[in-house]
Amino acid sequence: MYTESPKPATGVLLGPQRLAVTVDAELDALQVEGKVAMITCGWQEREEEDRELHDALGSRAVNLNLHARGDAVFLDDRELRDAHRAKQDRLRQLQVLYRGRLEHAVAAVSELQDARGPADLIASEITAAIEAIRLVDRQHLARVTLLNRDYEDEISPSERPVVLLHRREIADILADCGAVAIAGGNVATILNRLRLFGLGELLQGRTILAWSAGAMALTDRIVLFHDSPPQGRGNAEILDAGLGLFPNLIALPHARRRLFLDDRRRVSLFARRFAPARCVTLDERSRLLCDGENYRAGPVTRALCDGGDVVALETWSL
Amino acid sequence: MSLAIANLLRAAPHDDGAIDRFLRDHEFPLVEGTSATFVFRGRVDAVYLRHWVFGLGSQQPFNRLENSDFWYLTLELPARSRVEYKLEIQQGDHSRWIRDPLNDQIAHDPFGANSVCAGEGYQRPEWTEYDPDARAGTIEEITLPRTPFGGPRRLTVYLPARFRVSRRYRLLVVHDGGDYLRYSSLKEVLDNLIDRLEVAPLIVAMTHPEDRLVEYADDPRHADFIVNTVVPYMEENYPLYKAVSARCLMGASFGGVASLSTAWRYPGAFGRLLLQSGSFAFTDIGENRRGPLFDRVVSFVNGFREAPGRLAEKVFVSCGTYESLIYENRSMVPLLQATGMDIRYEEARDGHNWENWRDRLRTALSWLFPGPLWMVYE
Repeated sequence: MYTESPKPATGVLLGPQRLAVTVDAELDALQVEGKVAMITCGWQEREEEDRELHDALGSRAVNLNLHARGDAVFLDDRELRDAHRAKQDRLRQLQVLYRGRLEHAVAAVSELQDARGPADLIASEITAAIEAIRLVDRQHLARVTLLNRDYEDEISPSERPVVLLHRREIADILADCGAVAIAGGNVATILNRLRLFGLGELLQGRTILAWSAGAMALTDRIVLFHDSPPQGRGNAEILDAGLGLFPNLIALPHARRRLFLDDRRRVSLFARRFAPARCVTLDERSRLLCDGENYRAGPVTRALCDGGDVVALETWSL
Repeated sequence: MSLAIANLLRAAPHDDGAIDRFLRDHEFPLVEGTSATFVFRGRVDAVYLRHWVFGLGSQQPFNRLENSDFWYLTLELPARSRVEYKLEIQQGDHSRWIRDPLNDQIAHDPFGANSVCAGEGYQRPEWTEYDPDARAGTIEEITLPRTPFGGPRRLTVYLPARFRVSRRYRLLVVHDGGDYLRYSSLKEVLDNLIDRLEVAPLIVAMTHPEDRLVEYADDPRHADFIVNTVVPYMEENYPLYKAVSARCLMGASFGGVASLSTAWRYPGAFGRLLLQSGSFAFTDIGENRRGPLFDRVVSFVNGFREAPGRLAEKVFVSCGTYESLIYENRSMVPLLQATGMDIRYEEARDGHNWENWRDRLRTALSWLFPGPLWMVYE
């Protein structure tokens, strides 16, 4: 379900867990009681290959199987499946068009960064060019939001009988859970499954541990990024709004591998483009704790700054 | 900036101590900007640089420092070049080819190993090296009992990490699979690029020719073998997408000819082609000058050039600018483009060798079979 401005969550956003598991220690530190719901739908058809996560979370972990539930829903409700596919096709087409506009807007900033002339004039032109990128981003997010709303108005996924059935089951499981752990994977899949089963609402008031794409899906804007892909220009792009449970934040998992963090121009552009949200790196052993009012970062968690630096974070309020 | 060798030559006397210091203080070949200085020390009659850079004389003589056993040669080497070479040492009536004793950078190929000189800015891509953090795929050896060649043929199959029979995969068929594995680090490259989400998980069928110069030269048995033996076997035994867009045929040198020729004989059998330094020799008029081994190739390429067809959807072509085949490959590009196929062409300052082909695999495979890099954050 597509929701807006939910109450901020309590919990922790983490870096990738495959090579450095910290979620077990975080769970202990949060002193969570009861069961722990696992969401591994980002792994798609590998959703049930959750043995390692089970080992980390202990016997009290229970997988919500959102991917399999989604498949079951689409098998049962063909009208919903077709409408969902049509919506996804439209979103993909929209993303391509946005990418084209974005390329020109980002190229304008690059050109100005190389320009010769009075520094103050160039700086103000760069500011204006970044504002133009922000406008492209805002317009894209507005169109994506509208497309999602139209889909929900038209097909009312949250009211479909089969969806309601699964949602009740999920709510029942969550009633016994003290925390929810959301793993990474395909961020669009995570977002779609969370929305389909109304997790934005069901997660409210629960302690959340999320990492990589799981963390991205819980922020208010999902930014896809890679500075050196083998194909294409490598311009970061907005995918969609997230659930907004961890607001004012751009989550950047695998930042060390995906971003040129030593490139001050790129870092500065990234930070200024998405301000006032903080662009936070989530590499191995990173942690960003949220108590519902403040964010508090762990020692290896960094933020991209307007000036091009990547710095340690102080506690800041939401 | 004056080159180190020039400073040595200017600073008399050139006694053993000065030469020893020069050798001790530098690594060789000594690359300074766009100059590369090769040196050799020994009591011999002549030293030559033997390399495979088309456009330069293949035998470059070294100079001897007067009254010494120190030999040197400075060549222009453009940035990002990579050159494989040997030294030819002449003593009396005898000459022998050796690897550069002062250079431990070597590249292997089916004929042995060469020394490697990397120009300024060239670095072996890190994604070609073993990465302990990358999930590893597995290799299976298969024997195909009946083939159009009359006898059995070996097939090596790569399955990506986390392979599942319940999933569908794209298929890459590779000519000279053993050489790609040995000399182009194909398994490490696949493991890394798939793990990094840059390339979609693939199943790879690697063929092993018995007489590649015959089989690859537009031999109808070979095309039959690939299309009617290898592909059906793979489809029957592995979970593959059936769409041609999920099928790629690839090869280097004569393997590039075999790939193009197979696609030409069976248009639409492969949606993707990867042609590396294809031996696309042709004649506009007169005789083929590359020798009788190329007769069938020239005949095929001439026929293709006469009536090029749309063989696949996407074709990636690469060639080294130091190869004698650069002219043939460059001239193939507009022909392929004119058919309406989506063509990507890449050049590198490298020669006709397996490491050149290795270094092109990231851009090639990520274009032909892009992975979910932008959408997946594990």
